[in-house]
Amino acid sequence: MTTSISTSGFAAGTKPRPLLRTSLGFVAVAVVLGLFGDFEITTLDPWIEIKRMAIGATTPDFSATEDLWRAVINTVAFAILGVALGNALGFPLALAFKYRAVRASCAFIRAIHELFWALIFLQVFGLTPLTGVLAIAIPYAGIFAKVYSEILEESDPAPLQTLPKGTSAITTFMFVRMPDAWVHFKTYALYRLECGLRSSAVLGFVGLPTIGFHLESAFSQGKYSEVAALLIIFYVIIATIRKWVHSRLIPVYILLALLVIPWGGEFSASNILRFFSHDILPHPLRIAETIDMGTLAALGSWLSMMWNEQAVPGIIATVILTQVALVGSGALTLLFFPLISPKFFKTFGRTAGHVFLVVLRSTPEYVLALIFLLLWGPSMLPAAVALALHNGAIIGHLIGRYTEDMSLRPDSSKGLNLYAYDVLPRLYPQFLAFLFYRWEVIMRETAILGILGIATLGFYIDSAFADLRFDRALFLIIITATLNICIDSLSRYIRGRLRLKTTADVV
Amino acid sequence: MLTRSDPVLKLENATVGYNGEAVLKNLSLEIKPGEKIALVGQSGAGKSTLLNLLYQQCQEDAALVPQDLGLVRSLSVFHNVFMGRLNRHPTWYNIANLLKPLKKEVDQISPILGQLGLEEKIFEPIRELSGGQQQRTAVARAIFKDSSIFFGDEPVSAVDEHQSHTVLQAIAISHQTVVLSMHDVDLALRYTDRVIGLRLGDLVLDQPTATIRAADLDDLYKH
Repeated sequence: MTTSISTSGFAAGTKPRPLLRTSLGFVAVAVVLGLFGDFEITTLDPWIEIKRMAIGATTPDFSATEDLWRAVINTVAFAILGVALGNALGFPLALAFKYRAVRASCAFIRAIHELFWALIFLQVFGLTPLTGVLAIAIPYAGIFAKVYSEILEESDPAPLQTLPKGTSAITTFMFVRMPDAWVHFKTYALYRLECGLRSSAVLGFVGLPTIGFHLESAFSQGKYSEVAALLIIFYVIIATIRKWVHSRLIPVYILLALLVIPWGGEFSASNILRFFSHDILPHPLRIAETIDMGTLAALGSWLSMMWNEQAVPGIIATVILTQVALVGSGALTLLFFPLISPKFFKTFGRTAGHVFLVVLRSTPEYVLALIFLLLWGPSMLPAAVALALHNGAIIGHLIGRYTEDMSLRPDSSKGLNLYAYDVLPRLYPQFLAFLFYRWEVIMRETAILGILGIATLGFYIDSAFADLRFDRALFLIIITATLNICIDSLSRYIRGRLRLKTTADVV
Repeated sequence: MLTRSDPVLKLENATVGYNGEAVLKNLSLEIKPGEKIALVGQSGAGKSTLLNLLYQQCQEDAALVPQDLGLVRSLSVFHNVFMGRLNRHPTWYNIANLLKPLKKEVDQISPILGQLGLEEKIFEPIRELSGGQQQRTAVARAIFKDSSIFFGDEPVSAVDEHQSHTVLQAIAISHQTVVLSMHDVDLALRYTDRVIGLRLGDLVLDQPTATIRAADLDDLYKH
């Protein structure tokens, strides 16, 4: 017997085990919060719906609507233009990331989910392509800026020492910083395009002409064969992304996207002006003639009403759902990653595992939640399960790939023993790093699930938009963004404390 | 006008420290043009620090091969060597050459690589090369820089014995003044005419190579 000394938190002995303690702490918090949350199955007989969905899934109908292909093209076009514009805006921001103001504004714009951006731009630009493109481009610019600046920071500074004196700043940047970063930029941009396709699809749920639009009507009418056809096309597009995206073809795709995008709709300058100068002002300020004590008192009671009746219950539901979904994602990750790991399954089993994980992570979490909602009725359960499955599949995929390079001793044990004694302890820090990195993403997603009727902050935001109360919507969006930024800082703090390192460009 | 006897480099009572601990103590040193110097001493004696300090004094006219080589791993051998002359061209020219190697530059760099046995690797990225090949690339960059002083911090430690002679000869031919820090003292002495020995940050030996005795060197490495 050998005693292994590890820093992973599993080491036996008297030393404190911070990773294990942190994990158990998170599980305990999730269990306690779960008791207060609303997790239940409210439908009388979910089996009827499951049967209908299963029939639909096995009989995809590709001729269901003639608009189907049009919607697919729009989905891809919006994604390409949104991600390209996000890149173009994010790259210069990455270069200026050392300025606090840039960092803060990037944190703010990426803390607001694409769907909320879409709801805002719908009021400003109406149902125009600009709404769809900007809804993706703006938050993605904030994400690109952060990730690209981290990648640039990683590049090796050693060559600077030997550079001849008098080399221009641009030359230095191009020769020393860019070459190492370039490969990572490309990998990350490709990953973002995959996310962009999901975002673009989901934008259909708020009315843009992407596949989400057809998914929503097909779901609501129970046309599951049509749903299956749309999702299958979507999976094929995402699964083959490496085959059809090449850096040389990108300009061609951007041109094509500009050509095919539906240039309908009209801008109204007065609309834009009214939205920014009038609509988003808190109601008491809007109706006031002058700013006096009475107006301020009215504003105070408006704020306290919004805070007590909407923000607080929204924050509580958002935090409960986030923590439960986070722990659920972690648990499913640990269950999923062996499915694609050569340490546990042979080629055939792994292929099945890959297909399973690709389907789970390509399905927008919003669509997964909608499916479970139809099965189980409204509560937090469908949302939590959808988020756990989606994120568990994403992290499981990354961790599973990570085990490929892990070298085992020739006489290592097999199966469950191998999992518990060899593999899990060694990848646990990496696993936690990915999970904490995803924490803020999960929170952002819980907020948008509010649009499906789960009473998170997103629910109140969506209702405010539906009632055309844009002042309320904006107030709640700012609260949501602030909550996200808090979680992001907390996650960074915990990762720092536990010395969990991960490169940003994979999650 | 610089005459043969004017020093190219002069240190007077130089003290360098990290975190309050002196690495070099009150070091005074003169280097004259044409000198070929071996820096010897145990690891931690301050050789790299001294080398970097000297390099900083005369960056305009010196080339450095640091211990970490300072190569850009994703770029090709060609581009890394070209980086020795980045300050001689306008930015647009550098970027054009980065996107597509210009024939004029390839023609100038190929012979240097040929001399060092790297001609077949010219368009390979650095990360695909062995340690010895990477060191030779860094030396090629220094030679291409075409300066009169060369500083090398273990420039041939990963190169095999036969090739290290070729590399050191190439360095000696292309530079007027050479300062080498090498752990292989015998090899260093064959290409230098002056030996400077450091011990715990003090200069304890400074002699022409011709008069050096094995015992002097042994003292340097004694605990």
